[in-house]
Amino acid sequence: MIQLKVNGAEQSFDGDPEMPLLWYLRDVLALTGSKFGCGIGLCGACTVHVNGQATRSCVTAMRDTAGKEVTTVEGLEKNGLHPVQKAWMQINVPQCGYCQSGQIMQAAALLNSKKKPSDHEIDEAMSGNICRCGTYQRIRAAIKAAAGEMA
Amino acid sequence: MSAIENASRRRFLTGGIIAAGALVLGVRYYSRFSSGDTLPHDTNADHATLHPNVYLGIDPDGTVWIVASRSEMGTTSRTTLPLVVADELDADWKRVKIEQAIGDKRYGDQNTDGSHSIRSFYDAMREAGATARFMLIQAAAQQWGVPAAECETDLHVVVHRSTNRKAGYGELASAAAKLPVPKREELKFKAKSAWRYVGKGEVSYDLEALVTGKAIYGMDARVDGMVYASVEHPPVLGGKVKSYDDKEALKVAGVRQTVPIDPYQPPPAFQPLGGIAVIADNTWAAIQGRKKLNISWDNGANETYDSDAYKKELRETAHKPGKVVRNIGDADAVFAKAVKVYEADYYVPLLAHATMEPMVALAEFKDGKVTAWAPTQNPQAVQDIVSKELGIAKEDVICHVTLLGGGFGRKSKPDYVAEAAVLSKKVGRPVKVVWTREDDIKFDYYNAVASMYMKAALGADGKPTAWLQRSVFPPIPSIFDVNAVYGDPNHLQQGWTDIPYDLPNLRIENGPAKAHVRIGWLRSVANIYHAFGIQCFTDELAHAAGRDPVDYLLDVIGKPRTIDFKGVEYPNYGAPYDAYPWETGRLRHVTEMVAEKSGWGKRKHGKGADVGIAAHRSFLTYVATVVEVEVNDQGEVRIPRVDTVLDAGLVVNPEATRAQFEGAAVFGTSIVRTGEITATKGAINQSNFQDYPVARITEAPYQTNVYIVDSEAPPAGIGEPGVPPFVAAFCNAIYAATGKRVRDLPITKLGLS
Repeated sequence: MIQLKVNGAEQSFDGDPEMPLLWYLRDVLALTGSKFGCGIGLCGACTVHVNGQATRSCVTAMRDTAGKEVTTVEGLEKNGLHPVQKAWMQINVPQCGYCQSGQIMQAAALLNSKKKPSDHEIDEAMSGNICRCGTYQRIRAAIKAAAGEMA
Repeated sequence: MSAIENASRRRFLTGGIIAAGALVLGVRYYSRFSSGDTLPHDTNADHATLHPNVYLGIDPDGTVWIVASRSEMGTTSRTTLPLVVADELDADWKRVKIEQAIGDKRYGDQNTDGSHSIRSFYDAMREAGATARFMLIQAAAQQWGVPAAECETDLHVVVHRSTNRKAGYGELASAAAKLPVPKREELKFKAKSAWRYVGKGEVSYDLEALVTGKAIYGMDARVDGMVYASVEHPPVLGGKVKSYDDKEALKVAGVRQTVPIDPYQPPPAFQPLGGIAVIADNTWAAIQGRKKLNISWDNGANETYDSDAYKKELRETAHKPGKVVRNIGDADAVFAKAVKVYEADYYVPLLAHATMEPMVALAEFKDGKVTAWAPTQNPQAVQDIVSKELGIAKEDVICHVTLLGGGFGRKSKPDYVAEAAVLSKKVGRPVKVVWTREDDIKFDYYNAVASMYMKAALGADGKPTAWLQRSVFPPIPSIFDVNAVYGDPNHLQQGWTDIPYDLPNLRIENGPAKAHVRIGWLRSVANIYHAFGIQCFTDELAHAAGRDPVDYLLDVIGKPRTIDFKGVEYPNYGAPYDAYPWETGRLRHVTEMVAEKSGWGKRKHGKGADVGIAAHRSFLTYVATVVEVEVNDQGEVRIPRVDTVLDAGLVVNPEATRAQFEGAAVFGTSIVRTGEITATKGAINQSNFQDYPVARITEAPYQTNVYIVDSEAPPAGIGEPGVPPFVAAFCNAIYAATGKRVRDLPITKLGLS
């Protein structure tokens, strides 16, 4: 039995400990904000926070989540919108939107560790997250806007 | 499709109304099909008090329901078309609620492809809004005992200025519903000066849902009792299962059963590919079980397909006389005497769509009927293929359209939805089929591989005196007819037969190519390789003639004129030629404007840095693009800046349009940098983002500036036209910066990355 916290709520899991966290979130808990994109940690659509760190949930086995705190896009902000989400709306980042949960979780983790990231730092931090619609320049602008908001 | 009728009077659904979606665990469970129903006309618009039109309903509380009948894959058409309705209705956008249509021919064409949602539905949306506004005005005039001509509308109200009376749309809805629906000729459309939303635009109706994880894509659809499926497809197109052993697969925890799916009967069209499905309690178990399958395949005739040999074959065909699809003058006579003749071969490999959301669909077969929930660009094609596969009536297939996690043309082809329906029938439960990324890359409908041979003779002034271009590519019709080998007019028109140059001697040919994989539409389609061939060859000629590429391009385009396509089969993207003529003046204008906006010839570029230009019309939109590149000594390419100018006629939503052209530059970046699908012994070599990379934030253009021409022309395409000129301009910039001419995509073949 694996005990973990998801968006603040205690959960226990007695299924296949090799099952990636992504499928537990999506298929078992029906938290579908985290997306399946590649299954091998190359696209970032599945990004969640595990103990505050941006983590690819599609390659994180349930056995490695025991005792951890998992935050998904649904739980990023308890009240209203997180500054990153607000910035995403202000800059009108999403097109199809499918990758944006992952982008937002990655960006929120970046801003937790770096208050005012440079272009280079943004690109480094976000380079694991693919957006096939090509919203990258707006993502960069939105991260800067959110950084200003959070400062 | 734009016929107006009072739909509320012909509503035939009397019982078994579909339950509204309920919230369970934060996930919306979609409405389900109840036995005894035929196609449910179950939109809130259908049930609204005033319902003059299938797209629109107004309730007494003033809520305006607008039906989005086209699919949303990121182009914002789900928002932009309703904006047109709201504008003509004079409705308050904050009181508009958008609902997504199921597949139903009463909405007209729903295939959201070809960049024509706005172009084809702009008038229908205006009519919907104007019809309701007309009826609301009539209702108010009758209540007040004044002539309707003295009444007008303001935001969500009808007003009679001289008596200072006003009534809200909600209060008038009941009275208006009793009035006859006006004919189109009776409608009065708003003057452009009174437009509230058209030309100004709005952000996506779904924006907040998109940033909070609440938006529901096909991947997120759930119903009670559903099981999950992962399918092992034949590795080679047309292959069949010889035998299989599922013992180990069935031992995987959570796996319930395996189910064979019949191979398709040629041609493939939108049929499931066949193979073995693993059915499980969750996606992970299904994928794990699949890995334990032991299948022996009969690969069939396409096992001989090898993309390297095929490339040589295409090139050889391109060097032989082909089918002449356009001819002016006598190019051969000029070539025979010419002093300066230039030739070049251009090549673009197969390309995969790689939408961020892989193919996925949920379907339930019950009581002889199917309900599907799918991220599809074409719900009516879902009805067609599912009805064929299961032998049921089209009307017994309900296709709910979720949001699409990218489409780019892949999701116009509903093989994956048919797969879910077939499996549900066999399993007796709702089945959600989830394709892995590997399935997506290996079993795509690829953009055609194309080889182009270009030849030009230059006169003393450097201008072409004769021009020959010959393209060879397996055509899209090959998915519907295995013997189709020549380009069809719908794809030859895409930047090939419509070369806009003023050439005294021009011959355009096309050669045959047999398809060994499924070929399909991908964002911009044949325009990608055609614009690459023509616009890069033009750049080669400019350099050969010692001319500035912008000046040269304008010179070959020639004087502003309307192209005469006499003797050429030119479908003009299905649009009437008188409304959408090919005007070279508009291509000149965007070219001149992008030169100015980009500072062409005025900005200094450092070592290994320079700019390139290309101009192209596709989907009735004129675009010119300047790309700036920097290439370092290691051959690493950066794109610091892109400037692009578009003339798409009337642009309803400028903000969404800019976003589409920014995205097109990134899409084009992927094509040029790394886009390549290859095959060995008929099987696709690539599998995921490590071997089919797409542009990341570090590789994409740093800044794309988009300029929209203020145009009086009718609306044209937005989603696709940005890609083709970007691809060519990027390659031309690489030449300017490095002296390396890109003729074979991707640029990894030149040692660039």
